Amino acid sequence: MKSKQLKFLVGSVAILVALVYFGYQGFNESMSYFQTVPELYSSGEKAFDRRIKVQGEVVKGSIRREGASTVFTIGPTDFKPPQGFVPGPDTQTLQIRYVGTDVIPDTFRDYASAIVTGHMKKDGTFEGTFIQAQCASKYEREAAAGVTAANQ
Amino acid sequence: MAQLGQFALAMAFIVAIYGIVASLIGIRSGNDKLIASGRNAAICNTVAISTAIFTLAYLFLTNDFSVAYVAGHSSVDLPLHFKISSVWGGQEGSLLFWSWILTVYSALVIFQNRNKHRAMMPYVTAVLTGTSLFFTSLHLFVANPFKVGAIQMPGGAINLFRPNDGAGLNPLLQDTLMVIHPPLLYAGMVGLAVPYAFAIAALITRQLGDTWIRTTRRWTMATWGILGIGILLGGKWAYRELGWGGYWAWDPVENASLMPWLIGTAFLHSVMVQEKKGMLKVWNVCLVVAAYTMSIFGTMLTRSGLVESVHAFAKSDIGGYFMAFIVVTLSASAYLIIDRLPYLKPDNQMGSVVSRESSFMFNNLVLLVSCFAILWGTMFPVISEWYNGDKITVGAPFFNRVNVPIAIFLLFLTGVGPLLAWRKASTNSLKRNFLIPAIIALASGVPLYFLGVNHFYAWLSLVMSIFVGITIIREFYKGAQARAYGTGERFHEAIVNLTLRNTRRYGGYIIHFGFVLLFVGWSGQAFSEKVRLPESRIGDKFQLHQYDLRVEDMGVREGPNYAAQYATVSLYEYGKKIAVMSPEWRKYGGRDQQGTTEVAIMSNLKTDIYLVFQGSTDGVSGDFTIYYNPLVMWVWIGGTILAIGTLIALLPNRQTTGRKSQSTKDRETEEIGQTV
Repeated sequence: MKSKQLKFLVGSVAILVALVYFGYQGFNESMSYFQTVPELYSSGEKAFDRRIKVQGEVVKGSIRREGASTVFTIGPTDFKPPQGFVPGPDTQTLQIRYVGTDVIPDTFRDYASAIVTGHMKKDGTFEGTFIQAQCASKYEREAAAGVTAANQ
Repeated sequence: MAQLGQFALAMAFIVAIYGIVASLIGIRSGNDKLIASGRNAAICNTVAISTAIFTLAYLFLTNDFSVAYVAGHSSVDLPLHFKISSVWGGQEGSLLFWSWILTVYSALVIFQNRNKHRAMMPYVTAVLTGTSLFFTSLHLFVANPFKVGAIQMPGGAINLFRPNDGAGLNPLLQDTLMVIHPPLLYAGMVGLAVPYAFAIAALITRQLGDTWIRTTRRWTMATWGILGIGILLGGKWAYRELGWGGYWAWDPVENASLMPWLIGTAFLHSVMVQEKKGMLKVWNVCLVVAAYTMSIFGTMLTRSGLVESVHAFAKSDIGGYFMAFIVVTLSASAYLIIDRLPYLKPDNQMGSVVSRESSFMFNNLVLLVSCFAILWGTMFPVISEWYNGDKITVGAPFFNRVNVPIAIFLLFLTGVGPLLAWRKASTNSLKRNFLIPAIIALASGVPLYFLGVNHFYAWLSLVMSIFVGITIIREFYKGAQARAYGTGERFHEAIVNLTLRNTRRYGGYIIHFGFVLLFVGWSGQAFSEKVRLPESRIGDKFQLHQYDLRVEDMGVREGPNYAAQYATVSLYEYGKKIAVMSPEWRKYGGRDQQGTTEVAIMSNLKTDIYLVFQGSTDGVSGDFTIYYNPLVMWVWIGGTILAIGTLIALLPNRQTTGRKSQSTKDRETEEIGQTV
């Protein structure tokens, strides 16, 4: 009986060790820092050598195509870009150049909440390789704007 | 009408409290009338919640935009079936829908068992009604679907507000799959409350044999199947609607539905050990508690905005209430389990490492590790932020690295487990059952490799699929042959009768076979390719493996509520024209400036050619992305077979003659838990 239990134990531990190792590998391969634009700016120099997922709202009218890449700016919620505005830490906005090969999701548009995976570059722009975007919350927010739900 | 909904919710709240109290006091004091009254209160709860949800549906159908939830999720021109699906299209409504399914299940359970399990049923009623009460409080106090719109005026006065039209339903959700996918997911997740309620009742009444398991077997099976199909349909929706060429992305919301399914899978298997051998009793109650908690947790994950997700609803403060409910559920269940440990002793000892029970044990081990890894990966941003302030996320590579080997190991067990003997499998039986399938599978591994399957896991998964596929087909063949010989039936009749006489076993094999096909489909992913073709013009040609695509035409057309740029692309295989594909780039009116892709998919048993058109800026050249996705079709075929297998496993066994035998008695016990 004892040796049987030992066999189970050894088998289970072997499986677990292997899986933990695989998990560790996958973790290192895919870990990234999830930050908002202000958090990204406040992390200073560290931002340059990390893989980052940066989140912000797509600034209205900022999306344009440049050859094979798409350039756009993300910033705080409901940000109204002033005349001659340049993205940067002053306005807590960030210019992103998307160079990935994945199709940009349909949900990606003005005011969408975008999460871009990539790296911060020394020139202050962000090079993105993957975009996730969510617009459902915007729909709900629009509906709620001016319509503050109240109990009867 | 909104007042009716509001009133129904208030009624539900009151009768639920009464139902719980009456059931508990009734059983404690042995007062049958009070027990019956508690049961009736639970039924009234069902009626009240049903009234609420039908009222909400009515508000949608009549475009009553004075109700904020209706104004936020519908519009006058929305087609009828989407108006109905908008009922569960947002936070408040989907929670109400959850409640509704739960109360309908409660009523069914109470009806089925009206003359059975006298000691357990009041507790079952109390647990189910308790869960319902939690959700009713959410509807009433936190996320009320019947709130009316109002504007706060300068100076603080509140004016009622009724827009002329609603905000509409997100175009991505205007897809028939989105009408059925969420209800299936809920029906699956909510169903886990039933075995949980019975487990708790069994713990309280110390009736810890296999009664509670037999009673709920069909519930568990049905809800497990529905949840699985719901998950797959969600994948199918993502595949055809989102335009990124895949169907699973390890997004937190996807994970939220997968975790309870994984634990449910473990539970479905380990209960067999308890039924047959009287072992793993503690384990099974723990699993059912975990499965139920995971379904509540998953519901919370989708709705609280706790973890960033592309699918989640708006951020809300609902998470705290869920967390409190989960903590209460877990601590009460844990207390009960620990207190009743003496009643949960196993009747038998574990057999050899090569035995049926141990294959179940390894199945459970890796399913739980898989669930835990997914939970860990999903929650890691929260854990790491709590630990040192940095929100660290992990992506698909983490989930795949852990889960792909687990999945292949499970596939292996799928083939081996059902044919191993209980206690200890003899070397002879191992040879008899597995030698031929193993040789064939390994032998076909060689040509597979030379055909280009040079990705290790994909190769292993395909070889394993062949191995498992053969063992399953042989089981049917051997069984049918023996039956045909014994009864004189023809072979195909023998297969049908064999299956119908032992639905649980052969339904199980069919489910396993569905999984084999799912693995074939998943293996194809290792060979997916993507080509991006910016600025292509009419007449341009591209080649991808044996396929040639030629852009024939590009233009503009008007749809009912959108304007589309379209492209017409001919698809040739080995130079022979096999399809004309017309992907579109649509712009819906108003808020939708960026456009939506309508992908064109050519799908056959070998490959999907998935074509995305992202419009043209100058009218002469357009952007295309082509995905070459081998074997995807097998995922949907596998899913269909999974559904069929589940249905068969739910059927009662067909009997030969009317003799009142032991098996008839078994059937009677089994039918207690029958769902439909």
